[in-house]
Formats: sequence, structure tokens, C-alpha cells
Amino acid sequence: MDRAADPLLSVRALVLAPSKTIAFVVMVVALVVAPFFTYPLFLMQAMCFALFACAFNLLIGYVGLLSFGHALYFGWASYLSAYSAKAWGFPPELAILTGTATAAICGLAAGSLAIRRQGIYFAMITLALAQMMFFFALQAKFTGGEDGIQAVPRGTLFGLIDLHNEMAMYVVVLVIFLAGFLFIYRIVHSPFGEVLKAIRENEPRAISLGYKTDRYKLVAFVLSATLAGVAGATKAIVLQLASLTDVNWPMSGEVVLMTLVGGLGTIFGPIVGSFVILLMQYKLAIVGEWVLVIQGVIFVACVLLFRRGIVGELANWLRIRL
Amino acid sequence: MFEIFGIPSTALFGQLLIGLINGSFYALLSLGLAVIFGMLNIINFSHGAQYMMGAFAAYLLLQYSGIGYWPALIVAPVLVGITGMIVERLFLQWLYKLDHLYGLLLTFGLALIIEGVARNHYGSAGMPYTVPESLQGGRNLGFMFLPNYRAWVIVASLTICIATWFVIERTRLGAYLRAATENPSLVRAFGINVPRMITLTYGFGVALAAFAGVMAAPIYNVSPQMGSELIIVVFAVVVIGGMGSILGAIVTGFGLGVIEGLTKVFFPEASNTVIFVIMAIVLLVRPAGLFGRGG
Amino acid sequence: MKKTLGLAALAAALACGGANAQQVNVKIGVLSDMSSLYSDIGGAGSVVAAKLAIADFTKANPNVKVELISGDHQNKPDIGSQLANQWYDVDKVDLIIDTPNSGVALAVSQVTATKNKIFIVSGAAASDLTGPKCNANTIHWTYDTWMLANGTGKALVKTGGDTWFFLTADYAFGHALERDTMAAVEANGGKVLGKVRHPLNTNDFSSFLLQAQASKAKIIGLANAGGDTINAIKQGAEFGIVKGGQKFAGLLVFASDVNALGLQTAQGLTLTETWYWDMNDANRAWTKRWQAERGAAGKFPTMVQAGVYSGITHYLKAVVALKSAADGKAVVAQMKKTPTDDALFGKGTIRADGRKVHDAYLLEVKSPAESKYPGDFYKVKATIPAAEAFRPLKDGNCPLASG
Repeated sequence: MDRAADPLLSVRALVLAPSKTIAFVVMVVALVVAPFFTYPLFLMQAMCFALFACAFNLLIGYVGLLSFGHALYFGWASYLSAYSAKAWGFPPELAILTGTATAAICGLAAGSLAIRRQGIYFAMITLALAQMMFFFALQAKFTGGEDGIQAVPRGTLFGLIDLHNEMAMYVVVLVIFLAGFLFIYRIVHSPFGEVLKAIRENEPRAISLGYKTDRYKLVAFVLSATLAGVAGATKAIVLQLASLTDVNWPMSGEVVLMTLVGGLGTIFGPIVGSFVILLMQYKLAIVGEWVLVIQGVIFVACVLLFRRGIVGELANWLRIRL
Repeated sequence: MFEIFGIPSTALFGQLLIGLINGSFYALLSLGLAVIFGMLNIINFSHGAQYMMGAFAAYLLLQYSGIGYWPALIVAPVLVGITGMIVERLFLQWLYKLDHLYGLLLTFGLALIIEGVARNHYGSAGMPYTVPESLQGGRNLGFMFLPNYRAWVIVASLTICIATWFVIERTRLGAYLRAATENPSLVRAFGINVPRMITLTYGFGVALAAFAGVMAAPIYNVSPQMGSELIIVVFAVVVIGGMGSILGAIVTGFGLGVIEGLTKVFFPEASNTVIFVIMAIVLLVRPAGLFGRGG
Repeated sequence: MKKTLGLAALAAALACGGANAQQVNVKIGVLSDMSSLYSDIGGAGSVVAAKLAIADFTKANPNVKVELISGDHQNKPDIGSQLANQWYDVDKVDLIIDTPNSGVALAVSQVTATKNKIFIVSGAAASDLTGPKCNANTIHWTYDTWMLANGTGKALVKTGGDTWFFLTADYAFGHALERDTMAAVEANGGKVLGKVRHPLNTNDFSSFLLQAQASKAKIIGLANAGGDTINAIKQGAEFGIVKGGQKFAGLLVFASDVNALGLQTAQGLTLTETWYWDMNDANRAWTKRWQAERGAAGKFPTMVQAGVYSGITHYLKAVVALKSAADGKAVVAQMKKTPTDDALFGKGTIRADGRKVHDAYLLEVKSPAESKYPGDFYKVKATIPAAEAFRPLKDGNCPLASG
């Protein structure tokens, strides 16, 4: 049967990979039960970052492109989502869509520039572009500069669900997160995803097989940016603020760290990584002074000793694919 | 005196000269990056942190050993260069067989550690360091007042840049280096200790960064974060120039410094983004970079 | 007769005292920047100041039990907002104090109002906190941008610095400082000869300084902060700005910045602060205690840290008067009703818009020759009385002010 025409491909992929199904079920159950044990606001923020990390991982883990400026899409989506909700009075669903669209456009523009180079250059270009957009955010009036956009209204979803209710907000974020995750899963386990992996493995060979690799890379880039945008836009509504932190280069570094710690190229890795890093940030916030150093140490340790990340090591040990 | 675009020519020449001074730092730093990348194929993200270490070393040498600016120009780069060599032996050497991106990630992590430790220990405000007596004051050139120290910066960086270029492109040692980049195993077969050369090269690149740091200490604020903002601009410079050639890195560094200086006159608010904009344009027109060879 | 009356009074007092001696429990959180740009201005030193305030107060009022926690907002409004939420909801914190970084302060102010707790801002500068963004749960202590601009601008014009050139950081904070200072300068008969906007975190100011030099303005106003101010002044020394007769006015300068510059470079710099450690004996004595507790050699407390001490002292007084810390708005109302009086800031009041009002001081950095001991940075040029130092209540656009 022609793989491209198989509508049940993702279901089949899930069914044929019971380990992933189990992991998925465990994750959903954990996330459903968690708000009764842990501070829901923290969980919501963690899910936004988890989606951000998953989007980033799509590029590095499956296409082999290290984007060192992913905060651009996260942050600008966050700004537009916050601004449209606050100044234009958009309801939350429209605000999130606005933010996402912004990220997609930025992704298209940045991607078409960055794709022109490979490897290290690609990373540096994404970083430089992100920095340029950071300066723009700093000076633009609507972003509120150093203060950011504050007091963003949560609004009423679809005119029905009041998002000021923490549980309602939580469910919405959970749905968005799971939808984003499943979308990434679908991309990865699809013919398109196979081509991406082929490009990562050996681009010249993929070109020789007739694939227009630049186009595939650009599409992947835009998808990754868009999903990062979903994460950023949602975060703005949840935390009710958007600030320069979201577009600055340490944020780009953080998402790299989250993915590295969780496991590059694994589908669940970024999620675990983001929860771990966020938790660490909060625990360390009490101590404060060593956050930067500890993040650096984790980076170095992961690169030298722990390249597979938490989920990667786990998968390796259990001899399954996660 | 005549006017160009509404700016008096005196101001213009003055800004051009200042742009050259800025360009000196860009040139020194991108030269270091180019040397390291050429030899090790690693993007040294900790270059900014090592630049900061150079400045701090100058401050500490003065504070605790009374070693002033002039000796510090040699001592600080040597000291920081040695730490660089230790880093290479301890960490980097395991990464050569892996994807280049891991080198970037590792040096990024190192940069965080160095900056974090410096900040914890010294706070974020900065440490005092003044222009050495012999270079204080300046001369009135007619179109501007040029501080002596600034003139020295241009002279010193040009000298170091040209010397480095000369060693790499025109001497036998440089020939070995370039050969080892192309084909390490063959060069090794000739009996040349390639791993040692790599270590020394990294150390030298780091020393270049530290040298720039010492030169920066009297005029720029010596703070733990002085390197991190600068390094991203230097990356853009390197993308524009292309990492193919040493000369390219030097010329691009000075050139972009001048362009940035001119922007400060005509359109000051944009002066920190102009280099990125140029990078975007170069990418559209000549993706390999101005002096680069291929992707 | 007198003795019986006296005994009866004593017995009555004791009985009342017994009722009053119920335990009051309070939890305070110092939310500051412990690890980056503002760690010297607030940071661990603020925690020390808080400890001193609590120790002093509980010694005089043993029926009050105060628990202190601290956290690092890392200059990220996200983390600050999240921590504030968590502290209020989960850790049952009653008061959050300090918070340098206006972005974080604004976020925490919102959260505080929603949860009806209390927020005393000592570290952040945004005058909006007592302006359009004011609320009934936030008090802005130590200083703000308006006071800085007005204090330095007006005082300098009056002492002869009547022509100005601005070096402004090109973002909202810089613009606000420039706007407020320009207004103060022009309102007092000065003239602004020109201005140039530089990007935030500029390394090299030479071209901007050349323009300032060419303008021949008597005062070069630095509408920026932190590293930008330090770089501008440092490079100004290179270009002989001060030697050429012009003076720098630092619109937001802390002692830690002066330390970073060194007196040789910073001498003659004019700035405004509301508290300086070496101004009187009470301050000096407190500084010694602070240094002993802080343990880091060579550091001196900043006005922000002094503000933390002062703010907590006044807060605890209000809590004792109300016997409970639970209702944020009520405690703040009580704080506004009572005039303030503490060892560091002396007497002052808190206005309806949440603005704490006290004297400000125009300071000038000493030359190395004039400085007799470590930390001897400033000479006091003028005192700006409280009534003039801060923005008039009616000009702030705070909804609470019209009440």
C-alpha cells in the first residue's frame, strides 16, 4: 500500500510502537492528575515551555538544524497575543491565533534567510536574527519595552469559558499542549517526516534522490516556528504578561538546554527536559546566585557525558524508542 | 569644512576614525574565532567570556600584583590562553568526532559558567580600570580630539592582526596549521604532533580574545556581562565575512566597525542592528559570505 | 489614693496588655535580583536589611513573629510573577518587598492587587507605579524616575548648570528620564541644547560623546543606567569632557556604579539619592551592622536596601496596630494614615497614590583627594525637601489620588 495514502499511518505508528503509546498515556494521566497535587500555574507554564521545546526539537532532532534563536518566535507570538488581547480586546482564542500567525510569518522570513547556510552558520544566523528582533522589541512602543505588556486579560474562551477560573485555564492549556504534541508526532511519523530524517542523515543523498531539500527544510522551519508561537501565545494568556525575557538570547539558550537535558531527537524528551529545567529554576530561585552557573554545568555535562538526555538514556536502557 | 548629508565633514571624519577603533575589537575577536574554527571546526561561543576574562585578568593583576597595563598586555593573554588550552584538553578534544553543533553547545555552557562565576564573585556593576598614564590625554587633530589610547588601540590591533595573518599564511608553521586543517592524518604521518598543534591553536585563539579584553579594560566597563552582548555581533561579523579566510575576518571586522560608526552619526538608534541588517542582505546576495568559500 | 489609682491603672494596663499581647504572625518575602544586573543594588543586601528590620522590631515588640523568605526573580517578569503567585497562594506570604526592575515590579503589583496582599517597592524606579498603574495594595518606597529627573535637573539648573545635552538610552525608561528631566530643566529656566539617543547596552559612546562635546552644554545628562552610564562616564574621561569644563549628571546612579568607575573617573558627577550611608551617625551605625551581617568586604548599603529596612519597619507597625496582616488594603490604608519615622529615612508620609515621600539629596562625587576612607563617595550639595522632591499628587493620573 502506498504509504503516502495511508490515512491510518499515525494510528498504525502509534499501535506499532506500544512503548510510545504507553508513554503518551502515562503523560496524559500525569498531567490530568497533577493540578490536584502541584501548583497549577507552574504546570501550565511548564506545558507552554514543553510545547516550545518540542517545536525546537522538531528542527534539531529530526532535521538536524540547530536554531539558536528560537526565542524570536516564542517571544513575538507572546507579544502579539498579549497586545491583541489587551489593546484590541481580542478573545483568547483569537489572541492566540494572532500570536501564532505572527510566529509563522517570522519563521518564514527568518527561515528563508537561514536555510541558505548549513550547520554552524545556520545556528549563528538564527541567533543573529533573533538578536536583531530583540533590539526591535526593545525599542518598539507597543511591546512596553523593559516593562513588557502587563495585565493581559484572560478573557472568555469562545464566549463560554471564563479563563480566570484556574481549572478552566488549565484544561485549555492541556488541550493546546496535547494537540501541539500530537501534531508534531504526526509530522515526525509521516512521509514528510521520513524525508526530513533523510535530510538529517545525508542531505546530498536526499538531493540526489530528487527531493528539493531546501523546500522541506523551510517547511519544517516554519512549522517549528509556528508551534513555538502557539506556546508563546498561550503563555502570554496564562501568565498575563509578555516581556523582553521572552525574546532574549538566554531564552533561546534555555530551550536548547531543555531539549538537550530531556533528549534530543526523542519525542518525549523535550517535555521531560522542560519540566526539569523549570523546576530547577524555581527551586534555585530561592538560592538565586548560581542559576547561570548550574545551567552552564548541565550544558557541559550533557554534551560530554549525557548526550542522549534523560529520555534518551531511559529509552536506550529499556531498548525502546521514545 | 564642507557638509555631507547635513553632517559637517569634521564630524564625519571623526566618526570614521572612531568606527575604526570599534572595528579593531571586531577584527581581533572575529580573527580569534576564525583561527579556532579553521583549525578545530568548533565555534567558540565562550570567546566573549574569554574576552571578559582577559579584561578581568588585567584588573586582578593590577589589583593584587601591581602589574600594570603594559605587562598585562602579555601576561593576561598568556594566562587566559593557558586556561583555554586546559579547556581544550579537558573538554573539547572529545567532541571532534561528533557533530560540530556539540562544540557550540559545550562552549555555550562554558560561557554561562564563566559569566555566572564572575558575576557571583564580583557583582554586576563592574570593576574600575583606568587608562595607563603613558597613554592618557590626546591630541587635537583639527577635526576631532583623538585620545591617545584610541590611537594605540588601532595601531595595536592592526599589528596583531597583520602579524597573525602573516604567520598563518606566510610561514612554515602556518603552512603546517593549514595543512592539518585539511588533512590531519596525512600531516600526522609527516611526524607533526597534530593534537598538540590543535591545543596550541585553541590557546592562541583564546589569547587573542583575552588580548582584546585587556585593550578594552581601560575604556569599556569591566563587567561579567561585557562579552555576551558583543559575541553575538561578532558572530554576525563572521557570517558576513565568511570564515574561509583570515584576511576576510580582519577586513570585515574593520569595515563593519566603520559602517557601524557611520550609522551612529546618521541614524544612531539603529546602530546596534545595522550589522545584523547587513548580515541579512549579504545572506540574500552572497550566501557564502564576502570572503567565504562555499557553505 | 494616688498609689491605688496607680495600681488600678497598672492592673488595667496589664489586663489590656494581656489582650494585646496576642501573637501576630507575619510572613515577608524579599523578591529581588540576586544574581544579575541589580544584585548589588538590591539582592542579598536587601535580605540583610530585612533581617535587621525584623530583628529591631521584634525586639521591641516580642508578640510579633515574623518569618522571612527570599527569592531571585532573575530580572524576568515571568519568574517574578510566578514567584509572587506562588508565595501568596502556597507559601502564605503577606508582604513582598524590594523588586528592582520595573517590569517585574509592575507584574508583581498586579498580582498583589488581585490577591489583596501588600507590595512595597523599594528597588524599581518606574513612576507609573504611583501613576496610571497604581493600586490600593502597592506602596512605592525609596525613589522613582520623576524624583530623580526633577531632583537632579532642577537642582543643577539652580546651581548654574543651565545648558544641557542629553545622552539617552533608546527605550521607554531612558525616554521617560529624558522627558522628565527636560521638563524640570526648562521649568527652571534652563535650556536643552540637544540630545542623542543610543541603543541600550552600547559599548562605545565615543561618537555620542563627541556630539555632546561639540554642543558645549554645561551639563551632559545621562538618561540611562547601569553599564551604559558607566561606559559613558568612563569614555567621557578619555575624551577630556570633564577637564574641558562640562559636567556629567547621572540620572540613575548608584554607589555600586561609582565604585565601578573609581573616584578618579567619576569625580564631579552629580546625582540624586534619597539615602546615603555616610550622611549622619544613625546611617553610619546602621551601615556597620549591615556590613557585619552581609559579610562581604568592601560593600556599602544602597538606598534601595535602606528602603527595605524602612519599609518593613513601617509595615510591621501597621500590622501591630491592626493586629493582623490578612487584609492587604486595610494594612496599606493604615500605613498611609500613619506618618513614617525610622532611623534611616527620618520622618515622612505615604500619600494616597502609594508614594512614600521623604527628602532627597543632591550629591556630588568626591575627588580621590577628598575621599578619606573606603565608601567616602559623595558630598551633599543640597537637600531637596520632601514636598518638592516627588511628583505632585494631582499630576500622576492615579485613580486613587482623586479620592
